[in-house]
Amino acid sequence: MPRDFAWIHPEPWGIHVVPADCWIDPARPVACALVTHGHADHARGGHGETFATPETLAIMKLRYATSQGARPAPYHESVTLPGSVRATWIPAGHVLGSAQILLEHAGERVIVTGDFKRRADPTCPPFEVTPCDVLITEATFGLPVFRHPPVAHEIAKLTRALALQPERCVLVGAYALGKAQRLIAELRAAGHDQTIWLHGAMEAMCRLYENFGIDLGSLKLVSDAPSREALAGHIVLAPPSALNDRWSRRLPDPLTAMASGWMRVRQRARQRGVELPLIISDHADWDELTQTVVDVAPRETWITHGREDAMLRWCELNQRKARALAMLGYEEDEDG
Amino acid sequence: MERFAALLDTLVYTRSRNAKLAALAHYLRETPDPDRGYALAALSDGLDFAAVKSSTIRNLMRERVDPELWTLSRDYVGDSAETASLLWPESGDPASPPTVGEAVAALSAMTRANVMEDLPRLLDRLDAEGRYALLKLATGAMRIGISARLAKTAFAQAFDVALEDVEEHWHGQAPPYTALFDWAARGAPAPETGNLPLFRPFMLAHPLGEDEILDLATYAAEWKWDGIRVQVVRSPGESGLGETRLYSRSGDDISASFPEITEALDIDCVLDGELLVRGDAQGGRDGGAGSFNALQQRLGRKTVSKRLRAEAPAFVRLYDLLQREGEDLRARTWHARRAALETLLPRLDPQHFDLSTLIGVTNFADLARLRETARDAAIEGVMLKHRESPYVAGRKTGLWYKWKRDPLLIDCVLMYAQRGSGKRSSFYSDFTFGCWDGDPDAGAELLPVGKAYFGFTDEELKQLDRHVRTHTVQRFGPVRETDKSLVFEVAFDSVHASRRHKSGLAMRFPRISRIRADKPPHEADRLATLRALVQD
Repeated sequence: MPRDFAWIHPEPWGIHVVPADCWIDPARPVACALVTHGHADHARGGHGETFATPETLAIMKLRYATSQGARPAPYHESVTLPGSVRATWIPAGHVLGSAQILLEHAGERVIVTGDFKRRADPTCPPFEVTPCDVLITEATFGLPVFRHPPVAHEIAKLTRALALQPERCVLVGAYALGKAQRLIAELRAAGHDQTIWLHGAMEAMCRLYENFGIDLGSLKLVSDAPSREALAGHIVLAPPSALNDRWSRRLPDPLTAMASGWMRVRQRARQRGVELPLIISDHADWDELTQTVVDVAPRETWITHGREDAMLRWCELNQRKARALAMLGYEEDEDG
Repeated sequence: MERFAALLDTLVYTRSRNAKLAALAHYLRETPDPDRGYALAALSDGLDFAAVKSSTIRNLMRERVDPELWTLSRDYVGDSAETASLLWPESGDPASPPTVGEAVAALSAMTRANVMEDLPRLLDRLDAEGRYALLKLATGAMRIGISARLAKTAFAQAFDVALEDVEEHWHGQAPPYTALFDWAARGAPAPETGNLPLFRPFMLAHPLGEDEILDLATYAAEWKWDGIRVQVVRSPGESGLGETRLYSRSGDDISASFPEITEALDIDCVLDGELLVRGDAQGGRDGGAGSFNALQQRLGRKTVSKRLRAEAPAFVRLYDLLQREGEDLRARTWHARRAALETLLPRLDPQHFDLSTLIGVTNFADLARLRETARDAAIEGVMLKHRESPYVAGRKTGLWYKWKRDPLLIDCVLMYAQRGSGKRSSFYSDFTFGCWDGDPDAGAELLPVGKAYFGFTDEELKQLDRHVRTHTVQRFGPVRETDKSLVFEVAFDSVHASRRHKSGLAMRFPRISRIRADKPPHEADRLATLRALVQD
């Protein structure tokens, strides 16, 4: 007996939409790719055709310096693919341009969430609950210990630390796409209107966000600072890899912070030498992951990557049919 | 509890010792009694609640979380208290968190019969950080890198009192140390110590400066034995029948490791001396003391076997007498105390107590020559004590000097480097170095012989950091292996046989004394050279 939903075939390097011969977020170059969002592990270069939201395509153009084969798929506008497959990009609330992809074929509906979160984010539209037969979900924070606190709580931690030691700067490690811009936007929303200083690797993506109408306030490059002292009492954003790098020596006695869901666990923060952990994540936490399964109420839940053991156990305890796909290459460490 | 929880997290995440001290001192100043006292106890001596154990947490969670989800979570987080604090359902009332004092009172009142109902009630009133703090407080396993000494130092800093006084008055006080806070924060009289065998802070010595010459008519000289400095205290105790304690330099009670010492003292007094084991490594047969390495096997044991007691019998070589049959001698001059010690000696058990003899030279040049022989005698060096000096806690200029033997030097090759912490966090500043296990030109290999992370200037650190970055051949996590092209001159106090290292050797106090960029690596020293310096 053929397996249900056999037209969707997960491989370790991507999800194959068989009748259309398209791949979702493939880890290797293919003729036709459907991309959920712009993080490098999902949006690789070198495909023949790439279907994605205009925002995601702009991010990919910035990274790969080409828009060859780009096929814009704005939110909610369905695209008809070969083999009678219809694909629709629906907001996922992860980063600018991020989408769930709804696939329809032979009366069956499959949703690939890509990375998502359920909380408000001033830099992208919120996740939309969409009914389907199969929900293919991520599980980056699929352990019940991961419950992200309200973002305002974490932003207050950051501004308090800044005020307590005005002779230092707070160096925040944040992924250059998404986390950095959300953090800036949340700081602005909390009334922090001072210049925020950027590592060079952050600049282009911030400008891209601004071009899509997201106001990030006054941003300057650390390399343009008139003196080390000019940075005292300010927030400096850098990619996590630069936190303990030589680059940070130019800063005035930096207090090292990091914005990531992994900061929930003390040892994870300590291992990275983080003194001010900020639990701010662009991924759904445990409650959001499980609530999404409840809200969408699919016939089956497939889990692409993350801590799938605990999610499978939860599905079992709640009598929901589920399977783990063991996808490779989605590295969740930096953008958590 | 929120403030204590915030303090714990600050201490967990802060790398610099000074910043930890400042955070703790700030907390102690700003927090009312008895909260600060209980917090201090939790961070130093520890609190013990009979009904709350780590198994209690597991049992509590078993009732609330699927066991498989608990195990997956616990394995990931690596700490039961933290896992429980994160998994605890947020259904409670975090608007009315208990104070530390309330929490301690509630925890003390819990019994095995009611702990499963009462502990949840406390947890329900806290957020995740508060629950972590409560569970850590309750189970007494902080593991956040705060020593009792650091906690006392913070206390001294908080109220601008001397650390020696804090140590003196601390002993014999129980949480929440209200009398101690009254004394330090409010200027009340120091707490009464009664008849307990309490630790007295040690008098310490300054290193003698290079080219400094002292008049031996004013300063008495004695050998600096290579063991651990201890204090033996006997007093009537609560029972009045006599209690004896052995304290290490940091004030830790090490009586259990050396029962023969505490059993041997039957006179109420406070003795200062060097703990050693019998042997003939130090000072030859007349010295009668084994090497530091021989003593080391007896350190850090909760109990000690008969066999070990027989193999490495311990004794104390006495330097000073602080108290004798109720009389405090510390304000007296050194020579008065010395005379009192010599008078007391015949009444002490000679198997477990002997006298550190004075060096009978009158001229400094003779003493300098004698010090040259200290290395051969396996003695650490000489001590110089002002004959008129009272016994005062800490290091006071001009009273006591230590004049250690010159360090040993050896040329080693840099093998591995690791980043430091704190302000050195971006620099490669922890260095592992090795010696050749034979002739390098005939294919001998380098074997690691030690690790050093000080001895160099800031400028040299930059130079070393640059060398590591540009000469890396492999990475193992945070560790970089270098191409073994740089020679260091390493200074160290002594070297001992060790089964812990592949080279079979372990150095004491190795530090980098010079960077020998001029020396080709194959000319660095061989293991045999180092092995010849072992004096076990």
